[in-house]
Amino acid sequence: MMKVLTVCGLGQGTSLILKMNVEQVLGERSIQADVEHTDVSAASSMQADYIITSNELAESLGGHSAKVIIVNNYFDMDEINQAIDEHIAD
Amino acid sequence: MKFLDNRLVKVGAEVQTAEEAIKEAGNLLLKEGVIEETYVDAMVNAFKENGPYFVLAPKIAIPHARPEDGVKEASVSIVQLKEPVKFGHKTNDPVQLVFGLGAASSDEHLTLLKKLTGLLNDTRNVEALINADSLEDVQTILEMER
Repeated sequence: MMKVLTVCGLGQGTSLILKMNVEQVLGERSIQADVEHTDVSAASSMQADYIITSNELAESLGGHSAKVIIVNNYFDMDEINQAIDEHIAD
Repeated sequence: MKFLDNRLVKVGAEVQTAEEAIKEAGNLLLKEGVIEETYVDAMVNAFKENGPYFVLAPKIAIPHARPEDGVKEASVSIVQLKEPVKFGHKTNDPVQLVFGLGAASSDEHLTLLKKLTGLLNDTRNVEALINADSLEDVQTILEMER
């Protein structure tokens, strides 16, 4: 199954918010994926197909084998939809 | 679990810096007794160490730290700033709504985040909170969401 990580600085709050909205968008599109939230340092040693995070943290994940997707507004379902359209859904 | 209870709401706060704004949001939680003082420091330190990534959307910051930094009860406060303040975020500055998140390790934490996400996914709520003039205005917005 496709593995998606949502990442924030501490892995406690904002990555969980992003996970909820990403799961909703994936669900609406019937895309099967395992979405997990975590902090930026743990993420670097985790396997994933995609990492979704903010612009602020994307730089420190540049070396990761997963494709890094940037979302600027975590509450904008249109932006999340578009990001998933561009990078995941095909 | 405390989600934007009356004593966790401050409208028209006057602050000059991001750090002051974070402390305002943290102090509401502290006064309510749902976090310890160490948690407010940890919120500020998280900002200093990890930057303003918690400015999750235009005008909205959700500062927080880890449960082990001193959270007694899952909780969310809101500080509406009289004048917006820059946090140093590339796309979402300046910030006008600061939600202090007392991140607990319980299931209530998830419930709180769902409520917060439900509220903020609707930009009409965000605009209304920014334009609120009083606690009553904020209560009205929250009641409509419930």
